[in-house]
Amino acid sequence: MTSTSALSSLLTDPSFIDPTNVFFTIIHRVCCDTPNQTAICPQQTDIGQRYGSKPKAGIVGRFPSQDILMYQYDAYDQKMVDERVAQYRDQTERFLAGEIPADEFQQLRLRNGLYVQRLAPMLRIAVPYGMLTSEQLRKVAHITRHYDKGYGHFTTRQNIQLNWPLLEEVPDILEELASVQMHAIQTSGSCVRNVTTDQYAGSAKDEIEDSRPWAELLRQWSTFHPEFNWLPRKFKIAVTGAREDRAAIQVHDIGVRIVEREGQMGFQILAGGGLGRTPVIGSLIKDFVEQKHLLTYVEAVLRVYNRYGRRDNKYKARIKILVRAMTPEVFAEKVEAEWATIKNGPGTLTDEEMIRAKASFTPPDYESLEDVNPQGELITDNRAFGDWLAHNVLPHKVPGYAIVNLAIKSTGVAPGDLTDEQMEQIADFAETFSFGELRVTHEQNVTLADVRKQDLFKLWQALVEAKLASPNLGLLTDMICCPGGDFCSLANAKSIPVAEAIQRRFDDLDYLHDLGELHINISGCMNACGHHHVGNIGILGVDKKGEEFYQISVGGSADSAAAIAKILGPSFAREEVPDVIETIVNLYVDNREADEAFLDTFHRLGIQPFKDAVYPSND
Amino acid sequence: MTNIIKNGEIVESNFVVATGDDVDISIDNQLLPLSVYLENREALAGRNDYGVWLDSDEEVELLEDNIDCNVIALNFTAFNDGRAYSSANILRRRYGYEGEIRAIGDVRRDELEQMIRCGFDAFELAEGQDIEASLASLTGFSVSYQPTADRPDPLFRNR
Repeated sequence: MTSTSALSSLLTDPSFIDPTNVFFTIIHRVCCDTPNQTAICPQQTDIGQRYGSKPKAGIVGRFPSQDILMYQYDAYDQKMVDERVAQYRDQTERFLAGEIPADEFQQLRLRNGLYVQRLAPMLRIAVPYGMLTSEQLRKVAHITRHYDKGYGHFTTRQNIQLNWPLLEEVPDILEELASVQMHAIQTSGSCVRNVTTDQYAGSAKDEIEDSRPWAELLRQWSTFHPEFNWLPRKFKIAVTGAREDRAAIQVHDIGVRIVEREGQMGFQILAGGGLGRTPVIGSLIKDFVEQKHLLTYVEAVLRVYNRYGRRDNKYKARIKILVRAMTPEVFAEKVEAEWATIKNGPGTLTDEEMIRAKASFTPPDYESLEDVNPQGELITDNRAFGDWLAHNVLPHKVPGYAIVNLAIKSTGVAPGDLTDEQMEQIADFAETFSFGELRVTHEQNVTLADVRKQDLFKLWQALVEAKLASPNLGLLTDMICCPGGDFCSLANAKSIPVAEAIQRRFDDLDYLHDLGELHINISGCMNACGHHHVGNIGILGVDKKGEEFYQISVGGSADSAAAIAKILGPSFAREEVPDVIETIVNLYVDNREADEAFLDTFHRLGIQPFKDAVYPSND
Repeated sequence: MTNIIKNGEIVESNFVVATGDDVDISIDNQLLPLSVYLENREALAGRNDYGVWLDSDEEVELLEDNIDCNVIALNFTAFNDGRAYSSANILRRRYGYEGEIRAIGDVRRDELEQMIRCGFDAFELAEGQDIEASLASLTGFSVSYQPTADRPDPLFRNR
């Protein structure tokens, strides 16, 4: 097989797309006029010229001398990432030479985050537990500019996706990433994926313990785990260390919750949660695991799943199906028996390792500041600043500091998309205002976790200038949305135009603030990339005799009181959706008591009034 | 005889994989199906000219921990069916089995290193795989994080 035919067969075969939970790229700034079968965009043809200026990956310690507040690779970590780049480069070359069959190369490239989908390949870059330094974000901006079309997509899994990389250039992109301690390892494929956590970890006021050291230990444990690289399906682990669960651990394959028992720190373990076509809330399988036993316990869970998870039907292959089939009790017993064979073995964490992990996430050099709000007068004078403070700024555990959420969702822009220039601006803001560090959130926003309150006004002004200050965090227009039928070949229906139509319908910011927290999640098909099951209002694209329709559900939640939304009834045509959403919102407004949130009103009223309102003919 | 990779070198295979229930156990140098082995365990006692093979859905626990043959082959029904990795791991790390663990079935070049890490030490490659070229893929990673059959201590104990 020649390289051209290998490539084109890969690109035209629809089976090369991983069918579930793929945050397919949102491509709204398409620079090519026609669908591009070979994925070569005019902007991207001058490969040689760019190679000349490409920085080479070296070993450790490439960050500027400033204190880095997150885990830093040592020579071992760096070596593994560098060796993976070399291995993947060799695999790509052998594939292009026709030496690896397409079906096998699909699996190999997926384990490095490379999908091939409707218009072009997509590369998913790992952002472990959502944390990035300014340096790293600048590198991503550079990569989008030189290897792609100048923008990237922030996903609900705290990762970053490139929409138009060239398959043959991916090894170079990976080498660039490795030079700033980044990679795309295990961001897809049936293996353990990027470990996610609370975007406010280390700064949150309600934190019991920082979850990031544990997420990092799990990241290391799962990276290239040779036994668990070919699981029945993908596997996602989330960790939370706060009272409020901002990591949605109840809808993950394994959810890890940091708890304290009689003065001892440990973990509660949930298993079998997930979204997709069978949404399930995870079951508690272990009430308390001592900290040192975390990795061996997780290993036991994975081994039971690897051996007994279904492999005959990929829609029944997730761990949630196994846990349900066995019952959570029997599954937990099976794990317990497996764990007994490895507990206290070499995989048991040593005190030194736990100290090393914790010391990798040192608190920044906080100043001792008075915890007053220095902009008290400005808030009354400046309504827009006040709105932003009220909605996008959260309390911090250290007096005088605040957590700031940047709004990267505005009407007309696909949720989660950022241009190279915006990334560089955000990197600058992080450097100036938040110790050079930022987080990608599962709501597809960006967080600066350590901002001095006295700098808030200055930061806000800068964000307004950069169009990143929309005070819509958590409001109806801060929607989670998959790329949908515009770009994804699996979708039944488009989702971006639906999001945009809703954003246009609800364009009165005062009204939005009055509505308060209200999450709308949109998925273009039942693979649920837009997490529609856990939206307060969920919208699911369905195919009805070749026509695009939308099923509406109400009452879902991804927070500590996780709940799966209930379907209202028959689906609607796309143009009806904004009306239906408005009807639901009006019913809430008419019936809410005092400051009651949407979900609380829903729970009080039940689903019937909502059904009656959207299907009036049923009366 | 087919060639296999054993302990990093290409050698001639000394076993053939026997399939079906009516295997003649008197023939030497066969890898017997698990069911045949379990039925004839007593008759086979004392012989060291046979091995046993397990399919990916057969539990390695059925061998119990008094394993009395020198070769255990684990079948990959498909290269992306990962159950045999756990079987090999259990044989090595739980049962302390020190004989040969041979990968058979859909065994491909790019998975060999993972197999080695889980305790496989012999490989009968799938049809169409280039056995000479595959030798280059046995060792891509010089370090690893986890405790595995080939490196019993996790990296953090040596950091």
